[in-house]
Amino acid sequence: MIPELGHFSLVLAFVLSLVQAVVPLVGASRNRAALMAVGRPAAQGQFFFVAFSFACLTWAFITSDFSVEYVALHSNTATPLYYRITGVWGSHEGSLLLWALVLALWTVAVTVFSRHLPDVFLARVLGVLGCISVGFLAFLLVTSNPFERLLPGAPEGRDLNPLLQDPGMIIHPPLLYMGYVGFSVAFAFAIAALLSGRMDAAWARWSRPWTTVAWVFLTAGITVGSGWAYYELGWGGWWFWDPVENASFMPWLLGTALIHSLAVTEKRGAFRSWTVLLAIGAFSLSLLGTFLVRSGVITSVHAFATDPKRGLFILFLLVVVIGVSLLLYAWRAPRLSGGGSFAFVSRETALLGNNVLLSVASASVLLGTLYPLFLDALGMGKISVGPPYFEAVFVPLMTPVVVLMMFGPFLRWKGDTLGPVLRRVAPAFVASIAIGVGAAFAIGHATPRTMLGLALAAWVVLASAQQLVARLGERPGAASAARLRGIPSAWWGMWLAHLGIGIFIIGVTLVGSLNQSLDVKMREGQRAELAGYSFVFRGVQDAAGPNFDASRATLDVSRSGVAIATLHPEKRLYRAQGMPMTEADLDIGPFRDVYVSLGEQLPDGSWIVSLYYKPFISWIWLGCALMALGGIFAASDRRYRKLAERSAPAAAARQAA
Amino acid sequence: MKPRSKRLVLVGVGVALLVGAVALVLNAFQQNLVFFHTPTEVAAGKAPTGRTFRIGGLVEVGSVQREPDGVTVRFAVTDTAKTIPVSYQGTLPDLFKEGKGAVVQGRLEADGTFRASEVLAKHDENYMPPEAAHAVEQAHKAGATVKP
Repeated sequence: MIPELGHFSLVLAFVLSLVQAVVPLVGASRNRAALMAVGRPAAQGQFFFVAFSFACLTWAFITSDFSVEYVALHSNTATPLYYRITGVWGSHEGSLLLWALVLALWTVAVTVFSRHLPDVFLARVLGVLGCISVGFLAFLLVTSNPFERLLPGAPEGRDLNPLLQDPGMIIHPPLLYMGYVGFSVAFAFAIAALLSGRMDAAWARWSRPWTTVAWVFLTAGITVGSGWAYYELGWGGWWFWDPVENASFMPWLLGTALIHSLAVTEKRGAFRSWTVLLAIGAFSLSLLGTFLVRSGVITSVHAFATDPKRGLFILFLLVVVIGVSLLLYAWRAPRLSGGGSFAFVSRETALLGNNVLLSVASASVLLGTLYPLFLDALGMGKISVGPPYFEAVFVPLMTPVVVLMMFGPFLRWKGDTLGPVLRRVAPAFVASIAIGVGAAFAIGHATPRTMLGLALAAWVVLASAQQLVARLGERPGAASAARLRGIPSAWWGMWLAHLGIGIFIIGVTLVGSLNQSLDVKMREGQRAELAGYSFVFRGVQDAAGPNFDASRATLDVSRSGVAIATLHPEKRLYRAQGMPMTEADLDIGPFRDVYVSLGEQLPDGSWIVSLYYKPFISWIWLGCALMALGGIFAASDRRYRKLAERSAPAAAARQAA
Repeated sequence: MKPRSKRLVLVGVGVALLVGAVALVLNAFQQNLVFFHTPTEVAAGKAPTGRTFRIGGLVEVGSVQREPDGVTVRFAVTDTAKTIPVSYQGTLPDLFKEGKGAVVQGRLEADGTFRASEVLAKHDENYMPPEAAHAVEQAHKAGATVKP
């Protein structure tokens, strides 16, 4: 009964999304207030029904209702409750329902937080979001109904893919989807601007916090996904340039370009059509990511046994979204041109340079990800494009981005003179090259790549420090606390996010250069040495989990005789699917992780053990966290709230009436 | 500078950047593409020597052997028509099993052994790497039913 209610509620949501897609857009073009006003309740109603439907599916998982096919395939009575709940988005149908729920959530957020938007504009934004919602709900109902019954019901479920039974997987998909789908708001704002032909600083100011928040979620989602791959896949890598990772990284790159381009549009009114194009691009890449992940065209953890119909449907959706929005762009964008002019040496130029580079980087990832698919589809042979390609392209493209990124804030908007600025930054620049080269020799790994990485990181840190000092010096005479408070949080956001890149580069460079690993055969009492750490194998015990049996090893880790940690890597066998799984164990430290994973048992009773020494890997996560934190600061800047307050009296008046 | 010539300079710099980036991408592409070959193609000498490529198929039943050091593994990958011996140093993926699909990346040695740097197996029980499935399918299409 409850699954049917969920299904029915999804149908109602679909009907409401049709209303939301059509009525407000018609109202906006004919200027009928009554029609435009339909958007808000339709969006809120749609959210209610999608959420109810999601709750019904969750309920089926909690109660282990194996007469629902999706539940029977992805849950089991022995699965712990929290993995039964996260199993809801453990595969195709449920994760699409999550997509729809997140979209509805963003739409409701727009109706709640954008009271100050002009009615016509809000109607258009809601209409565009409604159109996207129509597409996804239709997709769910037609090809991927999660409430499909399995009659007679299965006595026991097949259980969730063991790789996904992990805390990281509880939060990774929702975060990532909040990011992906969040770009739909930026997209809707851009399309609404094209429809109205009006795009000014106010528009950019409305659009900016939404885009930044979506970017924060995407950053956090990618970071958690990367962390999960690091400790769950059992071989200690943190980024594999896997098509699915690229699928989330491409919208991130373009989204990063977008938030910077929006900054120029807000402050200077320039780059308008470029901003619109980036918003369309970021959302299209989010859809493409969904297509790549969900259609099963690629080999990956995310590729479930699939139905070609589904891939076709998303491809169709993708073509419609990109086609219609680019047509609209070609037709309307000329009206948006203009805006503040700027000199060749100006902050705008630095931002433009980075925008171009980030877009090219995104395109190069797109090429590397799609080219094998194209060749295969055309029957021209099978190829794969691996990490060496992406690394060869990425390092030269990102080096100027990082240099410009720290140079830009020293430049004034509109125009500046190059000489004095260069003299200001020269000491930091020269010092960072010296530090990079010196540090590379000091750690005994003087390769060009290590020098480059460390020099870039030093440049980011030194220039950040210089920017902070300069900023504090802007109000001479004031107390230092007042000076700190005087800096708007948007500035702190930029500063933190840029500093985060520096920390991230330190992590990437050092883990890449100094990382050590050893595969070794070990028996009880045996000792192995790696990077100054000594590992003593204490044997393997049987251990049982709720839905798996494990062989649990014990290793004592010490360094120069001092005990550091006792690690318990496991080899698990999940009962329902008979699927083996390696569960690594690690000792996390600020300057290094020690990582152990258990391989297979050999006939003579010894075990294969993989030992890894991962210096500075935590700095990668720390850097990403700083970037996300920076985004939060930027989005919470007072001027966005002021904008809301200024129109609050109007809202109050409306309510009183 | 006049606005017009300023715009020209900007466009020029942009185009130069783009050309540089495209050259970089294509060059990296040329050098780092990894081609896929079926065991039949490798046996026919169609695979490149001295260059990394991938082979795929089924891990032949009874072929997995460990060297005394424990970490070097030898096995054979077959598309049911031809079989290629593979050697690999390291930990095998959890779902690597005899009789199941696998994709192996590495180089072909002079003695005909494929020295693998990476072994990929499927990610869940009912999922076969497309390359492995493709290799077996090709062999069946060729009508080769007799094993060498």
